[in-house]
Amino acid sequence: MSALLSVADLMADFLAQPPQPPQPEPPLPQVPPADVVSTGEAVAFWVLGPLALAGGLGMVFARNAVHSALWLVLTMLSLGVLYMVQQAPFLGVVQIIVYTGAIMMLFLFVLMLVGREASDSVVEVLRWQRLSAGVVGVVFAGLVVSALAGALTTVDPLGLAAVNSTGGGNVAQLGRLLFTDFLFPFELTSALLITAALGGMVLGYTDRRELRRSQRELVEARFRGDHDRPSPLPGPGVFATANSVATPALLPDGSVAPESLSEIIAPRERASLERDEASVAGALPGPDAHALVPPLRVTENPHTDRDRTDKGEL
Amino acid sequence: MTPSYYLLLSALLFTIGAAGVLVRRNAIVVFMCIELMLNAVNLSLVTFSRINGGLDGQLMAFFVMVVAAAEVVVGLAIIMSIFKTRRSASVDDANLLKY
Repeated sequence: MSALLSVADLMADFLAQPPQPPQPEPPLPQVPPADVVSTGEAVAFWVLGPLALAGGLGMVFARNAVHSALWLVLTMLSLGVLYMVQQAPFLGVVQIIVYTGAIMMLFLFVLMLVGREASDSVVEVLRWQRLSAGVVGVVFAGLVVSALAGALTTVDPLGLAAVNSTGGGNVAQLGRLLFTDFLFPFELTSALLITAALGGMVLGYTDRRELRRSQRELVEARFRGDHDRPSPLPGPGVFATANSVATPALLPDGSVAPESLSEIIAPRERASLERDEASVAGALPGPDAHALVPPLRVTENPHTDRDRTDKGEL
Repeated sequence: MTPSYYLLLSALLFTIGAAGVLVRRNAIVVFMCIELMLNAVNLSLVTFSRINGGLDGQLMAFFVMVVAAAEVVVGLAIIMSIFKTRRSASVDDANLLKY
């Protein structure tokens, strides 16, 4: 009886109220709108992603180590811009400054110290190593890419727009996290940096084993026979009338001192030195020291102007 | 496209770095390949941070950068000291501990 009454009351209420349109469902309050990849970001990705890949491949395939470092710089710059595109402006700037600016320059410094020409040897210590490494790389890439593509295509990214727009932005939020939730790892980082600095100093320190020898000790060592000859090698042009490096030194009897021949510069032909030898041997009249006029030209001299240019007569 | 494309790029870069470590013989180039792998992991961390909507991934990438800087200092000092004693930067020549 009471149930019938209540039903009658409900019907009376329903008839009394005007019919209302169905209310739309209110959105769930905790779920932010999904992150949408804009067209500009897609363009940036399709430009910078292949650039980063090209940099990596160039680093692996460049024969010269300096070229490898420069290719890696290209990759790191592309990745830094990609970080900025991905709502991580602080990390993008740190990537460009620290990685590209500091670490890669350190690599280049060490390359200059070690020797740029120290390129890879083409000898394979393990047989088929490069081929198998390439096969392993391709298989690994296929495996990881297919797994990621299968697992993550249906994931809706939340995006960082809400986080980056509150609490002072990306940098302030990162700093807050760093000094609250990640304080202990941050302190461990300082210990790591101190250890690395100490390690760099210890490994880079070179102890000079023997003191530098004085001039007297060098002379004594020379005459004791520690060197090939007691005197230094005759310089080019000693006893010769030209001071060109290509001119060999002449001994007092007019012969060419063989030790003065430079290995780098091709020595003159013997025929072009006949006049020098003759003048050293005293067969030619020497230049008049008191004459203010140019010396007499020897008419039977077969040499050309080039030879006299060497002697400073012209 | 979705942000998971960044993860594919990161996987490819990591693979290039790993193959470079296996292929190259110059110790400094091997070291640069390791740096490339660290960078690839950083890219995936930044992408995960974006997907999850929090900044923890970015902070993790920041720590990776700090560790990489310390590692580069010590590693390059080791390479330099090996070069000073053996006059070579090839990983095949540092074989005193082999047998």
